[in-house]
Amino acid sequence: MIARRLRYELAGRAVGPLLAAVERRRGAGGKAARDGGPFGPPLESTRRLKELMGIYYYQGRWADGAVPVAWVTSGFPVEILRAHGFYCVYPENHAALCAARRLGPELCEVAEAAGYSRDLCAYARMDIGSVLSGDTPVGRIPKPDLVAACSNICQTVVYWFRALADHLGVPFILVDTPFVYGDFQPHSLAFVAEQLEELAQTAARIAGRAAREVDTQRVVELAWRASQEWGACLDMGRHRPSPWTAFDHFIHMAPIVALRGTEGCLGYYRQLNAELEDRVRDGIGGVVPERHRLLWDNIAIWYRLRDLSRLFADDGFAFVCATYSSAWAQSWEGFDPADRVGSTAAMLSGILLNRDLANRLALMEGLVRDFSVDGVVLHSDRSCKPYSVGQYDLKDALQRELGVRVVVLEADHADSRAYSAEQIETRARAFMESF
Amino acid sequence: MDAGPIALGVDVGSTSWKGVAVDAGGRIVARRVEATDPRVEGQTERLVAELRADSGAGGDAPLGATGYGRKRVPTATRILTEITCHARGAFHLTGRPGVLIDFGGQDTKVIRIGDGGEVSDFRMNDKCAAGTGRFLEIILARLGVALDQAPELVARAAGEVAISSTCTVFAESEVISLVAQGEPLPSIVVGLHRALSGRVATLAGRLVDGAELFMSGGVALNRAMADALAAAVGRPITVLSEPQLVGALGAALSVMQSDR
Repeated sequence: MIARRLRYELAGRAVGPLLAAVERRRGAGGKAARDGGPFGPPLESTRRLKELMGIYYYQGRWADGAVPVAWVTSGFPVEILRAHGFYCVYPENHAALCAARRLGPELCEVAEAAGYSRDLCAYARMDIGSVLSGDTPVGRIPKPDLVAACSNICQTVVYWFRALADHLGVPFILVDTPFVYGDFQPHSLAFVAEQLEELAQTAARIAGRAAREVDTQRVVELAWRASQEWGACLDMGRHRPSPWTAFDHFIHMAPIVALRGTEGCLGYYRQLNAELEDRVRDGIGGVVPERHRLLWDNIAIWYRLRDLSRLFADDGFAFVCATYSSAWAQSWEGFDPADRVGSTAAMLSGILLNRDLANRLALMEGLVRDFSVDGVVLHSDRSCKPYSVGQYDLKDALQRELGVRVVVLEADHADSRAYSAEQIETRARAFMESF
Repeated sequence: MDAGPIALGVDVGSTSWKGVAVDAGGRIVARRVEATDPRVEGQTERLVAELRADSGAGGDAPLGATGYGRKRVPTATRILTEITCHARGAFHLTGRPGVLIDFGGQDTKVIRIGDGGEVSDFRMNDKCAAGTGRFLEIILARLGVALDQAPELVARAAGEVAISSTCTVFAESEVISLVAQGEPLPSIVVGLHRALSGRVATLAGRLVDGAELFMSGGVALNRAMADALAAAVGRPITVLSEPQLVGALGAALSVMQSDR
């Protein structure tokens, strides 16, 4: 146990950073993410991002047996687990990484061959495919001691994570957040708060010790501050030109999803924010020249980020904001350290996908106004039903109430077999031609 | 009489290649329609040369290209999507706003045209080609009915058989079993028109509300389909003149305007 722990700590503190430094010296880490064209210069912070995420995944290879390991959903209150010393794996983040490396169909097919329906979310199929085949581009994913889901992003995670727990023979814990119609209901928030207390007990049992209050406070503080920094980074998009685009958010959001509550995550967003401030001061845009400003709705299309980014940027269309990347900043807006558990319950319940369409419309209207948006692209995501349902109503409402142009692009966030390039391009171009 | 400067427009569709030459007044003075050849570059070169010869267009006459094969027209002066071109062509023909239903081979588009002829909104069928001209073409071929025979069969149908599937593959087997059960051919053909128009009416949804309706695309040549669609949306629909050429006309007009 001690040897394992030593190896884990060495991986995270010495070997991982050393390998990252070697990569950087070789120039691979600093390779420009873009090939010029209609884009501003690549963000310098990308280098640090790659190191941070590289070290996180590298250290994970040695985590099981050294520290408690949990697999968690993106909307899970990970802070409670981190305070108990857990190493946390994000199957969604891992699936997005696999999708960006075009491994989607391959991993999906493993799950489909095992009987999982093609109508199931591609993240779920890819994750299950990765578990069954052992294939991953990050070397190795540590086996969990706990599989933990929060139902605030969808109901699929409940069944998906339960299947994982069953397959891996480990406990499953669910934080169930009742769907919010209209305003929060006190009894629902009390129900969630109660589950958070239970979660802390479960975490303590698996970790073999209860978290010290000082550790919990520190982790929560780090997560809260990081979310504020992330929000400040996103708000830079209000400037004209926007110093970065939603396609950049999709890359740079990895730490706020997977490393929330760590020093590295907070430090990273401070660095990124400073760089974006410099770009705003110097008038550097993410898209050059920026002619029109767009809002992106729904999860990124991971395997086509570059092509789509280019398709729009070529005609001067810049995505200056996105409902997807905003979710990790907005959720913390009501956090109150004086009522940690209660406000966390509200925060978890208030996630975009756990609230009704009126809330979503109000959020989008706010983004359209605050970011001076001229047009909206709704990605109708075959994999993510909760995010995609109601989009035609949103389209009608946005057009009617704000007079912005709106187009729906049908695709899938991770399964490229559901992507029809020619049809997407025709719709996107017709949308741009209409400006 | 000299027609003045000529502009050319081609619409390289998934099923048909359409091309026109228009004069300064926007009148079509030459036209070509052929089934799209997979080697589209050679076909385009030949047909554009014919359009130039027919219309007396000089070598410098601008050429607008649209349709799925638009990027394979190397001599194009301007490349635009079918949505923009159909809207432009329709507005030129009607001179007023409305909603255009373009019923093409593998795409069905519902386009809302604004007061100035601009595209104010549009919808298209998704990745599946159910609800497009190809559906009717394949199923009718399976029944041994030529496309231009469809209106006549519909006119003499005594009844209607419901076709539940708009998936081309499934509808084909459904139709075969209906024939085997002894259902009369005209009733099956009516059912096919009904299934297809219902699908398109669903696609159009609320986009058609309160607007005058127009129809273009090769399928609009089939009068029975236009009637079925009008019945499905519960409103009259005006089929534009030479409906198959509306996209090519819009492409030609777009280069004429941009050259000004």
